[in-house]
Amino acid sequence: MSSMSQAVRGGGREWNATNVVGVALLGLIGLWILWNFIDSPTQVIQVAILGLCNGALYALIALGYTLVYGIIELINFAHGDLFMLGSVFSAMIISDWFGQETSNPTGWAVFALTFVAAMAFCAAINVSVDQLAYRRLRNAPKLAPLITAVGVSFIFQNVGIIWNGSAPKSQNAVLPGGSLEIGDVRVPWTYLFTVIITIPLLLLLTWIVQKTRQGKAMRATAQDPDAARLMGINTNRTIAFTFALGGAMAGAAAIMYLQNNGTTRYDAGFQLGLIAFTAAVLGGVGNLTGAVLGGLLIGLIQGLNDGAPHGLGQEWSQSVVFSILIALMVFRPSGILGSPTSEKV
Amino acid sequence: MATNAHTGPMLKVENIHVYYGNIAAVKGISIEVNAGEIVTMIGSNGAGKSTTMRAISGLIAPRRGVIEFEGRKISGMPGHEVTALGISQSPEGRRIFGRMTVDENLDLGAFLRNDKDGIAEDREYVYGLFPRLKERIHQKAGTLSGGEQQMLAVARALMGRPRLLMLDEPSMGLAPMLVELIFNTIRQIREQGMTILLVEQNALAALDIADRAYVLESGVVKQQGSAKDLAASDDVRKAYLGG
Repeated sequence: MSSMSQAVRGGGREWNATNVVGVALLGLIGLWILWNFIDSPTQVIQVAILGLCNGALYALIALGYTLVYGIIELINFAHGDLFMLGSVFSAMIISDWFGQETSNPTGWAVFALTFVAAMAFCAAINVSVDQLAYRRLRNAPKLAPLITAVGVSFIFQNVGIIWNGSAPKSQNAVLPGGSLEIGDVRVPWTYLFTVIITIPLLLLLTWIVQKTRQGKAMRATAQDPDAARLMGINTNRTIAFTFALGGAMAGAAAIMYLQNNGTTRYDAGFQLGLIAFTAAVLGGVGNLTGAVLGGLLIGLIQGLNDGAPHGLGQEWSQSVVFSILIALMVFRPSGILGSPTSEKV
Repeated sequence: MATNAHTGPMLKVENIHVYYGNIAAVKGISIEVNAGEIVTMIGSNGAGKSTTMRAISGLIAPRRGVIEFEGRKISGMPGHEVTALGISQSPEGRRIFGRMTVDENLDLGAFLRNDKDGIAEDREYVYGLFPRLKERIHQKAGTLSGGEQQMLAVARALMGRPRLLMLDEPSMGLAPMLVELIFNTIRQIREQGMTILLVEQNALAALDIADRAYVLESGVVKQQGSAKDLAASDDVRKAYLGG
């Protein structure tokens, strides 16, 4: 894979066959979007906006993959299932504890409370798993924590079954219903809320990573853990903090997902996790901006495919997303914004 | 510099054994460094010099033996706590943070400090030692030349305002002119009262600058004594100084 990324990086100017095919593919997709747009502009705008709202959700989850990968080079396969646990947790608080079934000021207050609680819950679980399982494998071959993550994923799913049952439970949205209508374009408010909530979270995250002392420690640990220790950085605590950040983002995504979908199930994290992982890879795994960009792009493409007049339709949704992943591995393995992986000695 | 009631050597390494998996890299090394000294460990590749440094810094725990700093046991302590006690290391291969700027690297060197004025003072001090770094202040460290990266690694270690400065192969891979510059700077740092433990393959330059020296071979101390005597000894001349 590294020789492949070499070729692609050097390929800015070299026009080899792979590049030509890649650009041709991008051109075709562009033409396809244009064709749809000419045929039915309002429909395309509508599905694009819905897609982007979904994309914001993917972005939040993708951040958890990319943060953890950035600091310990682990693809945390349990991350999607952590998201699922967050959604079950949110459902429990909103429905079982507060019995909130309608959208009214009390419901919004319950939502706000649950939002914070879900972030804290997922952060705590993520940190615990790191300290219990991955921490002991820091010096082990990379495959060991990877397999462990797969195992944790199964454990989470089983916890999900015990906690929430094996059938989906439906739940009413407590956020304001209805849609925003501009001309013929209609976007449900719950979808828009996802975007409205995601933006400040992203700004906060960027600020933490770029400006704070903890963020500085994170970046140093990501680049060279031993050198970071020599600076006096407690790398273990820094890694735990990173897991907490990623978990919190998954918690935020979880409650928004619940509000958008009105239901959750023990396996909800599997597919969404894979899509978000694809988003992280698309943006360049380890790159925060890339994860957001990747999430939005996948949401957009999925939206267009599912809802545009000449789309393949929902039944092809997953195939399209994973075709993107495969195409990416061929044409640009380091992702849109990713740096080549050969940086470490 | 901090004062303390401790008497005896500042750093005392007693019969440590360090393993990588099942392979012993250090097999019973004992060294001492007194306050104000420059002590050097010389020896060929794989003699255990860098491993000893890593053990002192807490990056790897010795399986047996004890390391004491100012009378306090530090072996087995995690690396960040050792740094907090006042030991800074400029590691082998520089290990600067390539994706951060020169200035950010220096900031990280002062990670544990809160004294803004003191940090600003030290920043001026290291930029005075290495004016070339000051010209590259906002440049990404990974784009610096090898010599500049080495300067940055030393400067970064100084930013922690350590009481013991450990330099691992500061001359590795540098052109002769730069080697001279680095060694002159080490002299300058020492004149400020810094205690220095220096690991070098360039034995001639190291013995020239040091007060005392240890010659390491295959994980044990082969010879030790004043740098002057060792530089004059036939064995050392033959093995490390090219006759």
